[in-house]
Amino acid sequence: MTDQTAYNFAYLDEQTKRMIRRAILKGVAIPGYQVPFASREMPMPYGWGTGGVQVTAACLVPEDRLKVIDQGADDTTNAVSIRRFFQRTAGVAVTEATAEATVIQTRHRIPETPLTEGQILVYQVPIPEPLRFLEPRETETRKMHELEDYGLMHVKLYEDISRHGQIATAYDYPVKVEGRYVMDPSPIPKFDNPKLGGNAAIQLFGAGREQRIYALPPYNEAISLDFDDYPFAASKADHACDLCAAPDSYLDEVITDDQGSRMFVCSDTDFCASRRKAGHVGPMGTPMAGG
Amino acid sequence: MYVAVKGGEKAIDAAHAWLAEERRGDTSVAELSVAQIRQQLALAVNRVMAEGSLYDPDLAALAIKQARGDLIEAIFLIRAYRTTLPRLGASTPLETAQMAITRRISATFKDLPGGQILGPTFDYTHRLLDFKLAAEGEVPQAPTAPASLDAVPHVTAMLNRDGLIQTEAEGNAPPPDLTREPMEIPTTRPLRLQAITRGDEGFILSMAYSTQRGYGRTHAFVGELRIGTVAVEMEIPELGFSVEIGEVELTECETVNQFKGSKTEPPQFTRGYGLVFGQTERKAIAMSLVDRALRWKELGEDNTGAPAQDEEFVLMHADNIQATGFLEHIKLPHYVDFQAELELVRKLRREALAHGEAAE
Amino acid sequence: MWARWAHRWQGADVDTSIWAKMKTQPLLSVRDLSKFYGGRIGCAGVNFDLFPGEVLGIVGESGSGKSTLLSCLAGHLAPDRGEVIFATAEGPRDTVLMAEAARRRLARTDWAYVHQNPRDGLRMSVSAGGNVGERLMAVGARHYGQIREAAVDWLGRVEIAADRVDDRPSAFSGGMQQRLQIARNLVTGPRLVFMDEPTGGLDVSVQARLLDLLRGLVREMGLSAIIVTHDLAVVRLLADRLMVMKGGYVVEQGLTDQVLDDPQHEYTQLLVSSVLQV
Repeated sequence: MTDQTAYNFAYLDEQTKRMIRRAILKGVAIPGYQVPFASREMPMPYGWGTGGVQVTAACLVPEDRLKVIDQGADDTTNAVSIRRFFQRTAGVAVTEATAEATVIQTRHRIPETPLTEGQILVYQVPIPEPLRFLEPRETETRKMHELEDYGLMHVKLYEDISRHGQIATAYDYPVKVEGRYVMDPSPIPKFDNPKLGGNAAIQLFGAGREQRIYALPPYNEAISLDFDDYPFAASKADHACDLCAAPDSYLDEVITDDQGSRMFVCSDTDFCASRRKAGHVGPMGTPMAGG
Repeated sequence: MYVAVKGGEKAIDAAHAWLAEERRGDTSVAELSVAQIRQQLALAVNRVMAEGSLYDPDLAALAIKQARGDLIEAIFLIRAYRTTLPRLGASTPLETAQMAITRRISATFKDLPGGQILGPTFDYTHRLLDFKLAAEGEVPQAPTAPASLDAVPHVTAMLNRDGLIQTEAEGNAPPPDLTREPMEIPTTRPLRLQAITRGDEGFILSMAYSTQRGYGRTHAFVGELRIGTVAVEMEIPELGFSVEIGEVELTECETVNQFKGSKTEPPQFTRGYGLVFGQTERKAIAMSLVDRALRWKELGEDNTGAPAQDEEFVLMHADNIQATGFLEHIKLPHYVDFQAELELVRKLRREALAHGEAAE
Repeated sequence: MWARWAHRWQGADVDTSIWAKMKTQPLLSVRDLSKFYGGRIGCAGVNFDLFPGEVLGIVGESGSGKSTLLSCLAGHLAPDRGEVIFATAEGPRDTVLMAEAARRRLARTDWAYVHQNPRDGLRMSVSAGGNVGERLMAVGARHYGQIREAAVDWLGRVEIAADRVDDRPSAFSGGMQQRLQIARNLVTGPRLVFMDEPTGGLDVSVQARLLDLLRGLVREMGLSAIIVTHDLAVVRLLADRLMVMKGGYVVEQGLTDQVLDDPQHEYTQLLVSSVLQV
C-alpha cells in the first residue's frame, strides 16, 4: 500500500491536463461542438462538478485568481468545497470579487458583472446534449448535430406555444452558436442567455460524467432559439432586489415566515454586496457600515 | 430582518467532524482493523476491487472502513485513488489456463479433466442464521487433500477442438482502455467487457436475470467457472523478456450459449465471457450472460428490443459511480432554476386565469 | 406525362416509355439490385427506370421480396449488389454508395417514405400540427403562425378537420393517422415518395377514400412514387407501371392495365385471377 499525500499542481497529472487542453482547443476551434474527452475519476462525485473541475484544473496556472460560485453565491456548500479543493491542490489565490478573478467556475449562473478579455468562465454541465430529452439515443443525436438536423428542437418549441401559448423553457435554454451548432448553455436561467453571446471572456463548458467539453470563444454569437413571431424574452421576477435595489439582476426568492411573506434578493452575492458597499439600499436593506 | 446566511465552510467542517465520530461509533466497542476487514469481509473487498478497477485488497479494506461499509462509497474512494496512480505499462495476457485452482465447476459435463472442485462456496449451505457467530470462537480445521499441480484445460478449449463452439478472434493488438478514452457508442467487445466487469453488480445481475426470463434469451450453460490465482507477467524492455510481477485472484466464467448455424454453415455453440477480480462469482456469471446478450449483432441474431441487448442502455447505466453521483446531485441547490420555473408557472397561470375571465 | 395518357388507349401497343425517355432523364435508375439473407434471396437482379411524374407499383404476395426491395431502394437496408441512381441536384448519384449523412439529407428533402403502420412514420407524442410542421422547421421555417397555417392547410388537403391541429395522433383513427403521415411527408414537396402498403390495415371504405386522396395529390404535385402492395386494386388506381414479384425476382413488368388485363407470366395470371370478382 503506497502512501501518497503529494499531488501534482491542481491534482491532475500533466498528461491528463494535456489531453483536456487538446479537447478545449478543439472546442474553441469549433464553437458549440461537443468534444468527447476521457473524463477522469475525481475526488468529488460525478454530477457535482467533475467536468468543470477538470477544465479548471487544466486551465489553472499558479498566478491565477480563482472564484467559484454555485447558484450565483460564493458561499453555497458545493462552491465552498470546490474552492477548497483547488486551494489545497493548486494553492492559487481565491477571491469572491468577479472583477478580480482570472478564472471563474460556476454552476447555474453567469455573474451579473460583465466579464472582460482574459477572464475564463468555466461552466459545470450535467447534460451537455440539448436534444437529449427529445431523443435519448446518443447515436441519433450525434447524427442530428452532424447533419444540422435540428427540426426536432423547433418542434418542441412549437409544441410549447400550441399548448401554453409561449415557449415553456425557463432554464437550460438552447442556443445556436455562430449559426451552426445548437448548444446547451448548462442550466442557467434563460435570463442569463443574452450574456452568452458577444461575451469578452472565454467560456468553457465541462461535462464530466457525460465526457464532453465545449466552448464559446470570445465575442462569438449565441442566439437563443425562438420563432420570428414568438421571440425569446430574458425574463425574471418583476421585482428589484430588496437589499440593494438592483432592478435588473436575477433574484432569489426567500420565504421569510410561514404566512407566505417573501423577499427577493440578488442571486449574485458579490454583485449585491458590491452595490451595497457603494451605498445602494433596497426596501428591506440597511445601509452598510463603512464602505 | 433577513441577513444572508454565511457559514457554508463552518457547516461543512462540523458535518465532517460528526461523520468521523459516527464512523468510529461507540468507543467502548473495539475498533475495526483493516486486516480484519480484509480477512473476514473478503467478498466485500473483492467487490470493491472489481468495481474500483484496482487490485489491492488492503486498500480496498481501508476504503470499506472509511466508507462505513457503504460499498459504492468505498468503490468511489478506490476509483479516485486510481486516477492518481502512474501508468507503468501493461501486462501480458493472463493465462487463466494456468490458474492455481481453488474452485472449478462445469455444468456442461458430469466429469471432465481437472474434475469438479467445489471450493469455499456458499453453494449447498442451508441459509440458516448461525447464532454461534454472534460470539467469537474457534473454527474447526477443514480437512485437506493433496492438491494437483496439473494445469486444468478449459472446457471451451475441449469443445473447440471438435469445432463445436465458435472460436474467439485472436488478437495481439493492445486492447483499448475504457478509462483513458471517452466511451463512444457503438463500441467494441473489449470495451464492453471492461465496462461490465467494473459495472454495478446489482445492475449486471438484473440485466443477466432479464435475459434468463426471456428478454433476449441466450440459453446459457455454465461451461466453466474457475476461481484461483493467476500470475501477472510484464515484458520489461530493458531485460528483453517478461517477468512475473505478482499474482491476482480471479473468477473466470465461460458460458456455452445458443447454437447458431445456417444452411451454409454447420451449427456451433456460441460463447459469453466473464472475468472479475477476486472470488466474485455472481458477477462473473452475470457478466458472461450480459456479454453474450450484447453480441447479438455480430452473431447475426435479431434485436428483440430487450434491454440487455441495448448496448447504449446497458453501458451508459452500468457504472454505479456515475449513477450515484448524478442521482445524488439532485440534493445540491437548484433554487435558481426552480425560481425560473416558478416565474414561468405563475405567468402561465395568470394568463390562463385572465383568459378564463375574459371568456366569461 | 405521355405514359399516363398512353395507357388509357386500350389495346394500343405503343411503348410510350420511349417518348418519356426522349423528353426527360430518369429520376431513379435501378440496376441489378440484390439482397441476400445467407442462402435465401431477399430480392435479386431488379432493374428499372422511374421517370418524373411516374408511379410504379410493386406487387406480390408476402415473401415475394417487395418489402425488401423497397427498403433497399429507400436506403433502409444495404443491398449486397447493384445500384440505385437518383437524379440529385448535383447530377445522378448512386445512393447505395452515398455516405449516410448525404442519404439522410435526401430523406429529409427530395424523398418521402410512407410506412405501412402510421405509428412508424409519425411522432406519436407530438401534435398533428407539430408532425406536419417538422419538415418545414427542419428546412428553416421560423414563423410559428405561418408554420401553423401551412399545417392546417395540409390537414385540410388530407381531409383532417382544422380543429384537430393540436391533437396527438394517438387520439386519431387508423385512417386519420395514415392521412396525417401523408401530410407530414408531402409538406415540403418531395420528388419521390416510397409507400409501403399505404392502405394496409385500414377498413375497405377508408381505403377507398385514402386511395382517392393519394391519386389526387400525386397528380396535383406531379410526384413520382413507388408503391409496394399486395392489393391489385391499389395499383390499378394509382400506378402507371407495375412490377410483379415472386420469390425475390421480378417476373413481369409493364404498363399497369396491360399487365393486369393481359398477364403473360403464369404467376401474374394466378394473382389476377385470384382477386375476388364481386
